[in-house]
Amino acid sequence: MDLYEYQARDLFEKHGVPVLAGIVAYTPEEAKAAAEKIGGVVVVKAQVKVGGRGKAGGVKVAKNADEAFEYASNILGMDIKGHTVNKVMIAQGADIAEEFYFSVLLDRANRNYLAMCSVEGGVEIEQLAVERPEALAKVAVDPIVGIDQAKADEIVAEANFPEELRTAVAETIKTLWTVFTEEDATLVEVNPLVKTGAGDIIALDGKVSLDENASEVRHADHEELEDKGAADPLEAKAKEAGLNYVKLDGEVGIIGNGAGLVMSTLDVVAYAGENHGGVKPANFLDIGGGASAEVMANGLDVILNDPQVKSVFVNVFGGITACDAVADGIVKALAILGETATKPLVVRLDGNNVDEGRRILADANHPLVTLATTMDEGADKAAELANA
Amino acid sequence: MAIFINKDSKVIVQGITGGEGSKHTARMLHAGTNIVGGVNARKAGTTVAHTDQHGADVELPVFGAVSEAVEKTGADVSIVFVPPKFTKDAVVEAIEAEIGLVVVITEGVPVQDAAEFWALAQSKVDADGNQITRIIGPNCPGIITPGESLVGITPANITGKGGVGLVSKSGTLTYQMMYELRDLGFSTAIGIGGDPVIGTTHIDALAAFEADPETHAIVMIGEIGGDAEERAADYIKANVTKPVVGYVAGFTAPEGKTMGHAGAIVSGSSGTADAKKEALEAAGVKVGKTPSETAHLLREVYPVQEPASSL
Repeated sequence: MDLYEYQARDLFEKHGVPVLAGIVAYTPEEAKAAAEKIGGVVVVKAQVKVGGRGKAGGVKVAKNADEAFEYASNILGMDIKGHTVNKVMIAQGADIAEEFYFSVLLDRANRNYLAMCSVEGGVEIEQLAVERPEALAKVAVDPIVGIDQAKADEIVAEANFPEELRTAVAETIKTLWTVFTEEDATLVEVNPLVKTGAGDIIALDGKVSLDENASEVRHADHEELEDKGAADPLEAKAKEAGLNYVKLDGEVGIIGNGAGLVMSTLDVVAYAGENHGGVKPANFLDIGGGASAEVMANGLDVILNDPQVKSVFVNVFGGITACDAVADGIVKALAILGETATKPLVVRLDGNNVDEGRRILADANHPLVTLATTMDEGADKAAELANA
Repeated sequence: MAIFINKDSKVIVQGITGGEGSKHTARMLHAGTNIVGGVNARKAGTTVAHTDQHGADVELPVFGAVSEAVEKTGADVSIVFVPPKFTKDAVVEAIEAEIGLVVVITEGVPVQDAAEFWALAQSKVDADGNQITRIIGPNCPGIITPGESLVGITPANITGKGGVGLVSKSGTLTYQMMYELRDLGFSTAIGIGGDPVIGTTHIDALAAFEADPETHAIVMIGEIGGDAEERAADYIKANVTKPVVGYVAGFTAPEGKTMGHAGAIVSGSSGTADAKKEALEAAGVKVGKTPSETAHLLREVYPVQEPASSL
């Protein structure tokens, strides 16, 4: 889960990372009040989970509260790379003397963490990494040892910080590491990390991504950070029902078991769609291992409520889940949904207890259900029905 | 032969008394796995009753610690079914007990926990400098050597022993591919899991299949996210002489949406199925657009004409 800048700022503050005052505002009035509270020069910053806000006009320096009101009026509602701005952060103006860069992130390939640091901050770090890789220090971090004093010293030395700044920057890096571990982040990035005119080190703009598995297991408070307003309404409904659902832009609803098989089903349907008017998969929905009638009903309910959906393809390989249980689930789900179910269903079952499963569906003889014997055939049939 | 497990593997189950652990202990026993006991600190000293492949009763001892289970039974493999909150401790315990293989089925393990137990496993080496404990998973279906041993949740009745080796990030796609190629059979099929940090990688499995005389051809299944498939492609080009075919799920996945597995996400231009397909094809690996096409490609390169042994 990616956080907004103001949420990252709040987490930094919670763990003692030096930050400036910042208050989130949803209206120009709130922005003005926040600017008055902070006092002096403030920065009005669009809160969107995408880079390049400055260039898009989403960051403005306001000399006073009235200007903050005016800029917030302009920025709220703005579209930045497809993201609508519905909140801004009013941040205390900073007296920037120098800008640096620091991040620590999960390194999937090496199965450890990577700290990156540069005395050239405030720029696009991807660009710096390509154009002047020598200016970006990359230091591997052992997951067991973490960033202790020695590692923090190594990072600031590798990044060529001037002697007089090393102690203070290393201290801030150690504090950012506590944010990374104690909040179970997969990314903590500060760009820029600044030295103010007074010589203080401040994390001016932060980016944090949290590990959702860890949030589930040991951070009940992370739920508040979820961006409920921004989620698609069908995704929100699916989430409430505990379903693993992603809304896509297409006409063939998909239900399957296991993430890999469902992804594969999306592909096979998209290829089949090429022969049927270019129809595409409407969603990703993984009902997981234990596909009870209720889970199937919830899944069908979400998918059939998607107005774009014209047909549904249920693709299940019975491994642990037996096909007869899945077939029962479909029959019961259709009974629960009754007349609200109006779209044709193509069902492909294979694996554990497949004969029994197919027999249950054949016996039920539901007018909306068509049986397919293979994944390819089912995808083709569902695409054809969506294009009818 | 086969890879990583065979009929001689002695298996303990961590979480043997829990719902999942109990259900899959029964399934593994029926598949012929030599399960010698389990671990649950709170139920140490008790036994659990099951039946084996032939219907005979077995009483499996429950130990308080992995080290004790290893000492008393000579177990060399452990399978972990404990909930995500306690998975790290369970795996650490298995690593400390210097068990040869730990298969972590649990889904939803915090990634920092996985990074930590992986780092610990890496630090424990024998006199020759080889890592003592291999980890498979987390969030994986485990491993099956058909007709010999199942350490995981893969259905054991899809097909029998044969010459195809399979490595996959996904469980149900593993089952689908075993089903597509059920007439040929498999030496070993291994599901490595779709989390960002996993123990055994595609490359580890490829290396083992290359060295396994019973494996004649290899199917490698990947999915969007990360660059494991690209690195595997480099490895194949330099090191694998047996025929390999590939499949990558998620060609139509949009950027920025996680597709079920925590690791399955396209970020910008990295992690796309197309990039992975291209890398594999550049390494001489034929890549199917669908599971059925992949099975077809495998048949074209399969060097022997012998059917799977019956179950």
